[in-house]
Amino acid sequence: MNLTTLRAALPLALSKLNPRLMIHSPVMFTVLIGSILCTAVSIQQLILGSSTAVFSVSVTVWLWLTVLFGNLAESIAEGRGKAQADSLRSARTSVMARRRSSALVPAGQFADTQQRYSEEMVPGTDLVVGDVVIVVAGELIPSDGDVIEGLASVDESAITGESAPVIRESGGDRSSVTGGTMVLSDRIVVRITAASGKTFLDRMISLVEGATRQKTPNEIALNVLLASLTIVFVVAIMTLAPMSAFANALPSPVVLVALVVCLIPTTIGALVPAIGIAGMDRLIQRNVLATSGRAVETAGDVTTLLLDKTGTITYGNRRAVAFIAADGISANQLIETARLSSLADETPEGRSIVELADFPTDGGSERLDSGALGATQALSADVEVIEFSATTRMSGLNLPVGHLANPGSTVREVRKGAGSAVERYVSERGGSLPAEIHQAVENISGTGGTPLLVASYDGERAQILGVIHLADVVKPGMKERFAELRAMGIKTIMITGDNKITAAAIAAEAGVDDFVAEATPEDKLAVIKAEQESGRLVAMTGDGTNDAPALAAADVGVAMNSGTSAAKEAANMVDLDSDPTKLIDIVGIGKALLITRGSLTTFSVANDVAKYFAIVPALFAATFPGLGLLNIMGLSSPQNAILSAVIFNALIIVVLVPLALRGVKYRAVSAAQALSRNLLVYGLGGMIAPFIGIKLIDLVLSAISTIG
Amino acid sequence: MDYFGAGGTGAAGVPARGPHPAREVVNAAMELNAFALATQIAVLIVALGALHQPLGKYLAATFSSHKHLAVERGLYRLSGVDPQADQHWKVYLRSLLAFSVVSIVVLFLFQLLQGVLPFNQGLGSVDPWVAMNTAVSFVTNTNWQTYAPETTLGFGVQMLGLAVQNFLSAAVGLAVVVALIRGLVRAQTSNLGNFWVDLTRGALRVLLPISIIGALVLIITGVVQNWGGTDIHTLVTGAQQTVPGGPVASQEVIKLLGTNGGGYFNANSAHPFENPNALSNLFEVFLILLIPFSLPAMYGRMVGDKRQGYTLLSVMAAFWIISTALMGWALAAFAGTGTSLGEGLEQRFGANGTALFATATTLTSTGAVNAAHDSLPPLAGGLAMVNMMLGEIAPGGVGSGLYGLLVLSVVAVFIGGLMVGRTPEMLGKKVGAAQMKLVAIYILVTPTLVLLGTAITVSIPALAAAAPAEGPHGFSEVLYAFTSAANNNGSAFGGITSSGPALATMLALAMFFGRFLPIALVLALAGSFAKQRKIPNTAGTLATHGPLFAVLLGAVVLILTALTYFPALALGPAAEGLLK
Repeated sequence: MNLTTLRAALPLALSKLNPRLMIHSPVMFTVLIGSILCTAVSIQQLILGSSTAVFSVSVTVWLWLTVLFGNLAESIAEGRGKAQADSLRSARTSVMARRRSSALVPAGQFADTQQRYSEEMVPGTDLVVGDVVIVVAGELIPSDGDVIEGLASVDESAITGESAPVIRESGGDRSSVTGGTMVLSDRIVVRITAASGKTFLDRMISLVEGATRQKTPNEIALNVLLASLTIVFVVAIMTLAPMSAFANALPSPVVLVALVVCLIPTTIGALVPAIGIAGMDRLIQRNVLATSGRAVETAGDVTTLLLDKTGTITYGNRRAVAFIAADGISANQLIETARLSSLADETPEGRSIVELADFPTDGGSERLDSGALGATQALSADVEVIEFSATTRMSGLNLPVGHLANPGSTVREVRKGAGSAVERYVSERGGSLPAEIHQAVENISGTGGTPLLVASYDGERAQILGVIHLADVVKPGMKERFAELRAMGIKTIMITGDNKITAAAIAAEAGVDDFVAEATPEDKLAVIKAEQESGRLVAMTGDGTNDAPALAAADVGVAMNSGTSAAKEAANMVDLDSDPTKLIDIVGIGKALLITRGSLTTFSVANDVAKYFAIVPALFAATFPGLGLLNIMGLSSPQNAILSAVIFNALIIVVLVPLALRGVKYRAVSAAQALSRNLLVYGLGGMIAPFIGIKLIDLVLSAISTIG
Repeated sequence: MDYFGAGGTGAAGVPARGPHPAREVVNAAMELNAFALATQIAVLIVALGALHQPLGKYLAATFSSHKHLAVERGLYRLSGVDPQADQHWKVYLRSLLAFSVVSIVVLFLFQLLQGVLPFNQGLGSVDPWVAMNTAVSFVTNTNWQTYAPETTLGFGVQMLGLAVQNFLSAAVGLAVVVALIRGLVRAQTSNLGNFWVDLTRGALRVLLPISIIGALVLIITGVVQNWGGTDIHTLVTGAQQTVPGGPVASQEVIKLLGTNGGGYFNANSAHPFENPNALSNLFEVFLILLIPFSLPAMYGRMVGDKRQGYTLLSVMAAFWIISTALMGWALAAFAGTGTSLGEGLEQRFGANGTALFATATTLTSTGAVNAAHDSLPPLAGGLAMVNMMLGEIAPGGVGSGLYGLLVLSVVAVFIGGLMVGRTPEMLGKKVGAAQMKLVAIYILVTPTLVLLGTAITVSIPALAAAAPAEGPHGFSEVLYAFTSAANNNGSAFGGITSSGPALATMLALAMFFGRFLPIALVLALAGSFAKQRKIPNTAGTLATHGPLFAVLLGAVVLILTALTYFPALALGPAAEGLLK
């Protein structure tokens, strides 16, 4: 929050003074009514030249400021989204779309089958769902849709902020394209799935602007509580008028209004909208779009996380984790051969072998001599690359005589591959599988890993040099995060297509609570249903079309932006970064939102204690001097006491705006720890802070009046 | 309840200000023996501590059992009730309201027709305004007495009218809390049990047996029980004194056990026939506290987690102990101050016995008194009001105390739940907007009735004249009356004359709505909880047991209920007590 945002928010805050808007917040509406009342009384007193006119005017001014500060909090929160919305809107410039008509062009007119249909140029806003458009390199995609023909690289930076282009192709899980993004290469045919005004970009704009913001269920419940507290205090103070009249101590209406405003929960009442908007905003900052504030709230409640193993818990692919040399073979020998056999292998597994050979991670294998061959050196033109095929299930190189890595006089063959395939290759060439290697293969399979045998053949005898252990590698820090989640009472379930043994091994390593092996998309749905049946709330991520039913069934479904439009449609959040791990952050953001609301409510209500001690003695001290005993803060005068309380009440809103926007930090601790901490900070703090604040303001006021 | 000023029999009057020889006497009699008070509290803690679990277990079993006693089956057959029917919360509420309204009408007619009914001791028809107020008062478990019993009601109305309601109104309170607990325990249903069965069991299996034992103990301590009418004794001076007798002990026990408070005599438990000595005094306090302090144990068992019960019990007990100590201090420190001369305080109970009784009676919805509360030193009188203003939850009336505290727990759960980052849930049930609406209205009802009633009364001079005491004390009398009525307590600052049509009607309305609006809201809340599916507990759930939650709940009780009345209290007891 700085001066610029303040200046930008001010006009908006003023426009929110409209009573028709204010009535949605019962607390602040009450303050508005009180301000109007006090204005009338002040004017009357000014005209009559009453001795209390200065006091009444001061109170009135601060009451108006209270209303304004409340609106300002909301405007500042909205303002943060506005800037983002403007930049998004620039991507929504009107585009002309190349619409393909359904009619076929008479045969023979064009030789190219791609142009069998006629095309017409129409404004992008005229497109309807089901239209088919053609987009070529350099053009903006006119609206959301699915690629039905072709493949193209697309620049989605307008939406995701990520400058690296992504591939979009027909079929599969990467077929969805978003209106407002640009095709960088090639040509795709897109079937439109969203009408103009309802595209992803449109939704995103209205979301960040807060235009479609509706009160969430918890916000409504909180407002009910706040309204009830407001009514209680309005009743208490309105009935105080006749009561004090009975005691011949009737205070002025300004004082009574001041008391009402100080007692009703204005602090939280003013900040509730800002807290909600800021919660959504925090998600947007993390590049997650929620379709509603409700989803954010629900995220805080989630008790079960369904996590895909691949990409979330482990790196997407199996990686080499160890080399195990056969007896009589040095580690270096094995590593060098394994590396050679994988140099031409562009699969992630192959690359991981080279990486491990170059940068060994575990102490078991030594780093290769710096003299290891670079890829270009090793893969000279005369090297024959043996590609992996489904029948041979091996890959490798044939190194000609004279090659740097071939000291011998015949062609040297290096191979790596599945156990049985390599065993056959070796035995056909007079070699055999050493017992210890057989054992190692069994061990690796037993723990859910994949063994790859490495062999070489120098024209005389083939031999097995050892085993490469391929395994799913759990991303660093996952175990700790799952432990945190467990402390928060959240159960994690890993979903994987792997067999039970592999799944169990990964589950144990990652520390998830449960797993479903050999899972189908239907299984996901079944798990969700079962969890929900036992009263739990489930969150999951997904990207494929077959994830859509599960995403829709989950209480919080997060679709990857790279996924299909069906998945995005079914989910209630979309992660623009397509990072499934973010689900855990989303839960934290949901919790932080609720904690902020609860903590500021506690703070606001706890404030009342001090305000009573400031105002009540001031109200009646003239009639009942004994009540001066209650003036435990030793405030300088009744008028200053009341004014100090009103000023504190207004300023505390401003002071807490940054906290409302930032949110009370969520810590991954148990409920009991979170409660004791927040109760101490916001409950006890809320009780003590106003005693200090009001006293300080009183000191300033009395200093001013002495000078004046 | 009433002491001096019942039914227009004469107000406490306007005491003189300034030095008065009586003050010296009072100061001596009301000296606080902190050790003695602590001992009495300790005796109560030991006795209640020994009994609350067994009684709670018995209560839980009683309301969970599927078996009916033969006598109960007979009653059901006679009244055409199907005891197996599980009632939707709306049906439960309708049954309860129908039963209560019929009870009011019957009790009203009983008093009007007293002259022609048997066992009237020669007393005639009761004034209709008084009869109306009394009917509402006893059916709502308030027992506000705007009449002097000895000169108004005979055995017939006392035993068959009032005492029956003393049983039934308490049983209604039990039924409501049991229904609320069922709402929390059950899942995916709207049915809360059967009101008629709960009512019958509460009266027959709980209140009746304990009353029989209690009455015997009271007789042993010296409480009167006879069928004799008024005895006339000739005193040594030759003057004649009329001493009314009657079946006192049997009435007394349910007056206290059912947190009713309507005395057989106008002087209530200050009368030597109702409460002769320190021992009977202690036992009467025990009777007041017995069921309310045992209900948390029943709750813990019914929800299958005893810790839940212990937590609520500790909150109740903390308020009770602190308040009793403060009361003892206020009585002793301010004896003879303000308008109080101590003329209405019983020297045989002293500060200890008075503090113990006055606190127990106002923290529950009993309203029986062993001293004229109007004569308490102002701050002690204010404390009695604060006790009621807390919502009578520490431990509160039979049933009403626990359901009141449970509703406040919902507020604590709402705020606390948010603070741990979850949308709030209570025992696995979501507290959403629908639940908060009911709770919000519940919180509003009593303060609105109290403050509105007080404000209207003091702003109409004709009504305000009912409380003739000068200055803040007159105001306190009105405030006390409406606090007592709306909270269904029944004790009074007796200086007020509430038998006039206007005040009798206003107080009757406060009692009626103060009782049945909260009940309706509680049953609706129970229904909305019952409908929900149960959410399993996890480490991320706010625990509704343990010291942390107890502190939170205590703070909610103090801030949301008592603070509302702070300005009004400042004008009454605080202004009076701090007069320089």
